Amino acid sequence: MSAEVAAEIPKGNGWEPNILAFCCNWCSYAGADLAGVSRFQYPPTVRILRVMCSSRVEPAFILKALKDGADGVLVAGCHIGDCHYIDGNKNAEIRINNTKKALAKLGLDGRLRLEWISASEGLRFSEVIRDFTEEIKKLGENPVKEVKK
Amino acid sequence: MSDIKGTENKSTVAKDSDEKRVGVFVCECGVNIGGVVNTKAVAEYIGTLPGVKVTSVNKFTCSDSGQADIQSKIKEYNLNRVVVAACSPKTHEPTFRACIEQMGLNQYFLEFVNIRDHCSWIHMWEKEKATEKAKDLIRMGVERSKLLEPLQASEVPVTDKALVVGAGVAGMQSALDLADMGFQVYLVEKEPSIGGRMARFDKVFPTNDCSICILGPKMVEVARNKNIKIMSYSEVKAVDGYVGNFNVKIEHKPRYLDVTKCTGCAKCSEVCPVEVPYDFNEGFGTRKAIYVPFPQAVPLRAVLDKENCINCKACAKACQSGAINYDMQPSYTDLNVGVIIGAVGFKTYDPEPRHDFGYGLYDNIITAMEFERLLNAAGPTGGHVVRPSDCKEPIRVGFVNCVGSRDKATNIYCSGVCCMYTIKNAQLLKEKRPETDHTIMYMDIRTPFRGYEESYNRSRNLGVKFLRGRPVEVKEDPVTKNIKVRVEDTLAGEIRNLEFDLMVLATGIVPNEGIGQIQQLLKLSKAADGLLMEAHPKLKPVDTTIDGVFLAGCASGPKDIPYAVSQGSACASRATILLKNKKAITEGITAVVNPDVCVGCQVCIPMCPFQAIKMDEKEGRANVVKALCKGCGTCVTACPTGALEQSHFKNAQILAQVKNVFRFQEVAV
Repeated sequence: MSAEVAAEIPKGNGWEPNILAFCCNWCSYAGADLAGVSRFQYPPTVRILRVMCSSRVEPAFILKALKDGADGVLVAGCHIGDCHYIDGNKNAEIRINNTKKALAKLGLDGRLRLEWISASEGLRFSEVIRDFTEEIKKLGENPVKEVKK
Repeated sequence: MSDIKGTENKSTVAKDSDEKRVGVFVCECGVNIGGVVNTKAVAEYIGTLPGVKVTSVNKFTCSDSGQADIQSKIKEYNLNRVVVAACSPKTHEPTFRACIEQMGLNQYFLEFVNIRDHCSWIHMWEKEKATEKAKDLIRMGVERSKLLEPLQASEVPVTDKALVVGAGVAGMQSALDLADMGFQVYLVEKEPSIGGRMARFDKVFPTNDCSICILGPKMVEVARNKNIKIMSYSEVKAVDGYVGNFNVKIEHKPRYLDVTKCTGCAKCSEVCPVEVPYDFNEGFGTRKAIYVPFPQAVPLRAVLDKENCINCKACAKACQSGAINYDMQPSYTDLNVGVIIGAVGFKTYDPEPRHDFGYGLYDNIITAMEFERLLNAAGPTGGHVVRPSDCKEPIRVGFVNCVGSRDKATNIYCSGVCCMYTIKNAQLLKEKRPETDHTIMYMDIRTPFRGYEESYNRSRNLGVKFLRGRPVEVKEDPVTKNIKVRVEDTLAGEIRNLEFDLMVLATGIVPNEGIGQIQQLLKLSKAADGLLMEAHPKLKPVDTTIDGVFLAGCASGPKDIPYAVSQGSACASRATILLKNKKAITEGITAVVNPDVCVGCQVCIPMCPFQAIKMDEKEGRANVVKALCKGCGTCVTACPTGALEQSHFKNAQILAQVKNVFRFQEVAV
């Protein structure tokens, strides 16, 4: 096992956050598939929920996720200009940014992330998950979730 | 194959269709999943979930035996929902949809859970956590599956006529193939003649056959075909509708002469006193203000360039058939077609604005397209390649590859054809005038297809020199106007100072204006390179994300002629599926309006990128045109009253997943 591969194996200590990722069918879900096909290892903290477009993600889904056990929520769509539905991701951007503002007021700053990940960016998908996991770890457990693992 | 749960007394199986009876099929995918995830433990756990009547683990669920297992269990346990936990739905969702449909279940009663690409493959060394994750993912799927509703893909009738936009070699091929299959084709071309860029090439690689000699007969064939209506000097102005039923407005630009009277005799050109640079010859030489585009033009009719016309009326006097009409206005045709093929072509990179390698600063640097016209016997010099500065025939010719290609400052992609046309151009001049000396300065030579490497070898045998390196300094000798180049020979590892009489830039393929127009009109997507996007780069290379719209030729990426022709035929073949069946199946997943809840606020209407939501003025509520709706759900999220729902992705269905994703216990308050 090479040093790089060894470094990829998580040490498995301490608390692991729960992350729910809404991925659009065309780019980000396929990007996550590519991460799998390429065997880019990333922490088992994330559960992917497929939607057709990132613009389908309602703020209510995000709030519900945070209430029901998620420590972080990721919304991932196609890059601007690449949206399968022309400009759905632009709508998603507006909605997610507004939701972020609302979450900040609730003391949930940093727990919602919006990323553009294309179908060819398997590596980036794994990096985003790794990075977001670390960030949520720093923030600690989501204080408002009503239920616990 | 092992049943984990299946001990239920079959005689008590409820017939109530309201009761959700879920069967869960966990695939091991050989060792791809089974080597990491403890599938047995997963199935055991999933079997305890309410509503799950049976779970089964298969080595390969997609195999015949795996599918037979699903089908027999549907029967045995009277299942009405099926969850398959396996690879990606992109791989096998259609497989299992068909599998359950055979058993009389609605295909949308399948829920596909990805425990390979999104679990076992990425948590290879964390088997326990991967197993827990697989349980979570399947639990989400099971809860969602219980809320799935039956959907019907709807059928729309298809008008059995086709529109082909762009009459280059790709578009012509599409038109011919469709016409030969018996369909009416409208072939729209913005230039006064069909033929496209290929009509301007001198000879074409790798066999060096005369371009117009092979294209000309094809152009005539197009004109002669009874099923093809050529609309030259015309442009698509508006497109409305959807697959099978596109309404298209075509504008015919005024030629200022009656094409039914004009015979193409060019008497008008002879008398016309105005001379302007001849665009067909890349600006070399001149044409008249009234002219026949080129000798092999189809249709062979003159066109008056009103911008440059001085209104002397000499042409009207010269025209024996009285075809000239100075007051002509644009006219319009409305078409109804079932499919649209976009073959809008490309243009070559223009090195003028950036003065790449001194182009535009020094006379004796030309582009390959200009070189092509100079080589052509019907070109401005009768086939003599001369230097623009003094019209002398050059001896030392330098070629620079990858101009506007493979360059971060311009376009990062490889245009794919420049290596080959440069090799061909050097060969042609070398054969015409063996005393000439050719140096090709390249980054890499790319010769991937049949006969290409052989053509490259032929050039080497002819004495064409290949130098791996890019010019770092280009200067002009002020007296001789020769081009002095400083270039690193990266194979020899030394700097060379070379002098050329003429230098030719191999300019790449870039998007033309037509691409932006058609992208807007047809709601297509553009890729990062500015060219149009296909539905799938490998498996649907000529389809687009808009049903009934196909792409051929360089509009969707640089291509050589055989590739463009193949795509033209491919488009015709794809389009025929719709045209012949006379019906199209549209996606079952669409937005749906609940008329009892909709208040007609119209917030959704501008949200839709496909104009699929129309206001029903009479009822005062929104209406979704199913054939136009692509099912993205952006309007659903925007709807303030909750009247809009996205079928198969209803709020309740998504929330069932959200609520059940993380396994937890209620916190004691």
